[in-house]
Amino acid sequence: MTQSNRISGGQIDRGQTLRFTFDGQGFTGHPGDTLASALLANGVRLMGRSFKYHRPRGPLTAGSEEPNALVELRSGARREPNTRATVAELFDGLEATSQNRWPSLRFDAMAVNDRLSSFFAAGFYYKTFMWPRSFWEKLYEPIIRRAAGLGSVSREEDPDLYDKGFLHCDLLVIGAGPAGLMAALTAGRAGARVILADEDFRMGGRLNAETFTIGQVAGADWAAGVVTELATMPNVRLMPRTTVIGAFDHGIHGAVERLGDHLAEPAAGKPRQILWRIYARRSVLAGGATERPIAFENNDRPGIMLAGAMRAYANRWAVTAGQRVAVFTNNDDGLRTAADLRAKGVDLVEVIDSRKGDMIVDSRGRLGLKSVTVQDSKGQRRDITVDALAVSGGWNPNVNLYSHHRARPVWDDTIVAFVPGADGPPGLTVAGAAAGVLSTHGALRTGRDAAIAALGLTGAAPDLPEAEDATPRITPLWHVPQGKGRAWIDQQNDVTVKDVKLAAQENFISVEHLKRYTTLGMATDQGKTGNVLGLAVMAELTGRSIPQTGTTIYRPPYTPVAMGTLAGRSRGAEFKPVRMTPSHHWAREQCAVFVEVGNWLRTQWVPKDGETEWRQSVDREVLATRRSVGICDVTTLGKIDIQGTDAGAFLDRVYANTFSTLKVGKCRYGLMLREDGLVYDDGTTARLAEHEYVMTTTTANAVGVFRHLEFCRQCLWPDMDVQLISTTEAWAQFSVAGPNARNLLEKIVDQDISDAAFPYMGAGNVTVCGGLRARLFRISFSGELAFEIAVPTRYGDALLREMLARGAEYDPVVYGTEALGVMRVEKGHVAGGELNGQSTALNMGLGKMVSQKKDSIGRVLSTREGLTDPEGYRLVGVRPVDPAARLTAGSHFLDIGAAAVAANDAGWLTSKVYSPHIGSDIALGYLKAGAGRIGQRMRAVNLLAGQDTEVEIVSPHFFDPEGERLRG
Amino acid sequence: MIINHPILGPRDAQEFVYLGDAALIDRPDGMTDGIEAFHTYAYLRDNPAGDHRELWYHEQGDRSWLVVTRNTVTHEITKVELARDVARAMGRST
Repeated sequence: MTQSNRISGGQIDRGQTLRFTFDGQGFTGHPGDTLASALLANGVRLMGRSFKYHRPRGPLTAGSEEPNALVELRSGARREPNTRATVAELFDGLEATSQNRWPSLRFDAMAVNDRLSSFFAAGFYYKTFMWPRSFWEKLYEPIIRRAAGLGSVSREEDPDLYDKGFLHCDLLVIGAGPAGLMAALTAGRAGARVILADEDFRMGGRLNAETFTIGQVAGADWAAGVVTELATMPNVRLMPRTTVIGAFDHGIHGAVERLGDHLAEPAAGKPRQILWRIYARRSVLAGGATERPIAFENNDRPGIMLAGAMRAYANRWAVTAGQRVAVFTNNDDGLRTAADLRAKGVDLVEVIDSRKGDMIVDSRGRLGLKSVTVQDSKGQRRDITVDALAVSGGWNPNVNLYSHHRARPVWDDTIVAFVPGADGPPGLTVAGAAAGVLSTHGALRTGRDAAIAALGLTGAAPDLPEAEDATPRITPLWHVPQGKGRAWIDQQNDVTVKDVKLAAQENFISVEHLKRYTTLGMATDQGKTGNVLGLAVMAELTGRSIPQTGTTIYRPPYTPVAMGTLAGRSRGAEFKPVRMTPSHHWAREQCAVFVEVGNWLRTQWVPKDGETEWRQSVDREVLATRRSVGICDVTTLGKIDIQGTDAGAFLDRVYANTFSTLKVGKCRYGLMLREDGLVYDDGTTARLAEHEYVMTTTTANAVGVFRHLEFCRQCLWPDMDVQLISTTEAWAQFSVAGPNARNLLEKIVDQDISDAAFPYMGAGNVTVCGGLRARLFRISFSGELAFEIAVPTRYGDALLREMLARGAEYDPVVYGTEALGVMRVEKGHVAGGELNGQSTALNMGLGKMVSQKKDSIGRVLSTREGLTDPEGYRLVGVRPVDPAARLTAGSHFLDIGAAAVAANDAGWLTSKVYSPHIGSDIALGYLKAGAGRIGQRMRAVNLLAGQDTEVEIVSPHFFDPEGERLRG
Repeated sequence: MIINHPILGPRDAQEFVYLGDAALIDRPDGMTDGIEAFHTYAYLRDNPAGDHRELWYHEQGDRSWLVVTRNTVTHEITKVELARDVARAMGRST
């Protein structure tokens, strides 16, 4: 197809031809084109189907506010739905596809919705899909989603890279039209650090779309000249293709820079888009204005577009929207389109100026405009044959970013639009059309003044070149008095004048209700073209003024942002940082299975040859440890060094039990409460010297406990002499457990570690392997004779290998978190399932640990009535009566014969493992009045798993209840 | 948001962890005050639309606890103090 609608001039490179396809058909365009301008140049104006009624649609605009021309770009994994053809930069080989239609764009079966439109009026969801409730998820939602969707995602992983970055500047200028360019020039020449961001690939804003002159040159050439000057300034950063999406607190702005969207593929190794966080001391919003339509019947046909857009296509892209064109306007700016098109030699049939009493009342042309019906001031109607119509209902300043801090714009009767008020984001000044100053001279002047004011400049500022300074003249006309048909307000969401009337009729007259009832302004364009029109219609219907009717405010982002951009590099394996334990590489060599514990990757179990099922490995690890010796990497537990003359007193305050009395060289189990009296964390803390302790925390709470201790130290007892430092990553720590634990460690530790020299709960500094500093703790989580040995982290891998080599005669096993869990449940130690943030020391059977003789965090509230109920939950052990029966953590306790209803619920199973020693599943649980129910039979019921198992309530200490092994 | 750390200067709020009302500094005495006082301390908070003194922890920084006076409506931060200094000024010591 030829570019039949291409006319003279424009800012395109005719020396180069780009090939592209739309719905499989081949076309050509030029560098400088958008997909929309190239399609229009080729005579294609049908580009999409509307959201609800599947009405044929073409582009309404020439910019990012486009509601209609949404297409899918590219194919395969790079396919991207819902992109606006009006801002998609043309490149050679671009594949574009229409969406929201079946089977084809020209014949769309779903267009039956249009015939049935009376059923789909505003609020139809709420009225139609009410009953029965069971249909909501299974029937209504799938149907609605299928019918009302827009494009579809590729379902393949995005092959491109997205990045995030940080920028700082004295002045961020948002928008590079005449106001923004002048602001940037003023600030740049004054030496300020300036960032100039514009969503377009060509800076200049409306100057590129108009025929104005600035000084002695064309506006577009003046803009190009300023950009060239700015580009030479080292203190100015030009960011075309960059949309500032939000104005956040304290001068922080979000911006999306599209580095690769205009290329078939991003350059090798380069990101496709960057999400910038811009820290700006001051900012100037020079985002221009958006034209709005006038609502009349069938005003949504392909070929009907905004007058400013049609002018932009002609002047910037050298494209005429049609061969016979009319203009419908209520203001002087619309007349410019007529003049510019005439100057370009386009057959401009007629100007219908509502200020003279003329109006367009209807249009025809199913897939594209064929004619419009004009009604003159005397009520006479006649049809005129046109294939394009330019409509101008006036311009709305782009106040979006101004209202991101909830500022409400104010009404300006002169330009008949909302303009920024005085309460925008601190540090942000609005200039040019965005401020309601619609002339070119006004834009240049306010842009310059905004930069001067923002930066407090006192030196010479750039001279203002001569430019048009016309006073906007507009007589409001929102919608043409209506007949039977539908007149569109919000084309993206298919909201019509009738819908607004229905909302008014049903008393949804507040702007917030209007928006939610009709979906006005809720689509991806955030109502950029339709909102004010909808408000105006509502104002008229309710007899209020527009400012009385109010306005909804805007939220970030200014234009849609892809999820991949927000994710940046945080996806897949890089979703979050990974912390690897010192034994990680050894474990990898053994093909260990890992489990995520927060950011940590811990060894879950280490399969041996021939083991096909995880339980085989775990059972072996447990049995081998209890038979001889097992080694487990426990580095992930939090470690906090606590030093100072008040260290002991400090620990007495933060732990429920007492630590100041702990002897040097010993360690003790510590229970930490929250101030509300519930258990926060537990661990062992050792006293290494008179004023030096080392605390361990659970893996999960390592960060939180440290934060809490700093709070206590700085905020509660600021003069205590106590210092804290986290040493979690400084020490590699291994548990060495089992009857041969000492025998093995004697081959490693340089000092005497006999029971006499290093008794149960002993702790101290030692050396290993001939002099390496280390710490040794005789503590046990497994119930075995056990030690924990710590060396500086960089020696952790070597220590593990050395222990396995030197202790080979004891056949040591390395066990993972599963075996660790089995042994601690066998021993009745509490962990994650029990330390659930809802449990007291009393619940855990540790009530006596809460010293009542001293002030400690949580002591007072732990004595509350509700937390001290003698019949409350107590930790118990559970085993199935039939050893072959399975238990499930989370199952609930019920009496034999009791109905499985909440009223009979007596507690729940907190942790469950298979114990190879017992030969059955065993579990821990919280049972009401549990201490008195040891030996009784109950049921563990899990309705989700379909389990109802008879169980025996037993002591939580399944294994070696007297603790003879660990003292051995 | 940007928090003007009294020692380190302006820092992005992302470096901090938020706790809540700075009234948490004013902990009752665990040996003389009773359940009632601790209940008030642990649970009751004002929820002002306007200036709010609140605790922020510079977790990805120098580990200072700060008292930040922030307007909850505008997010304007009018004062940033070291929590330790605030605690001492309130008579807290050991």
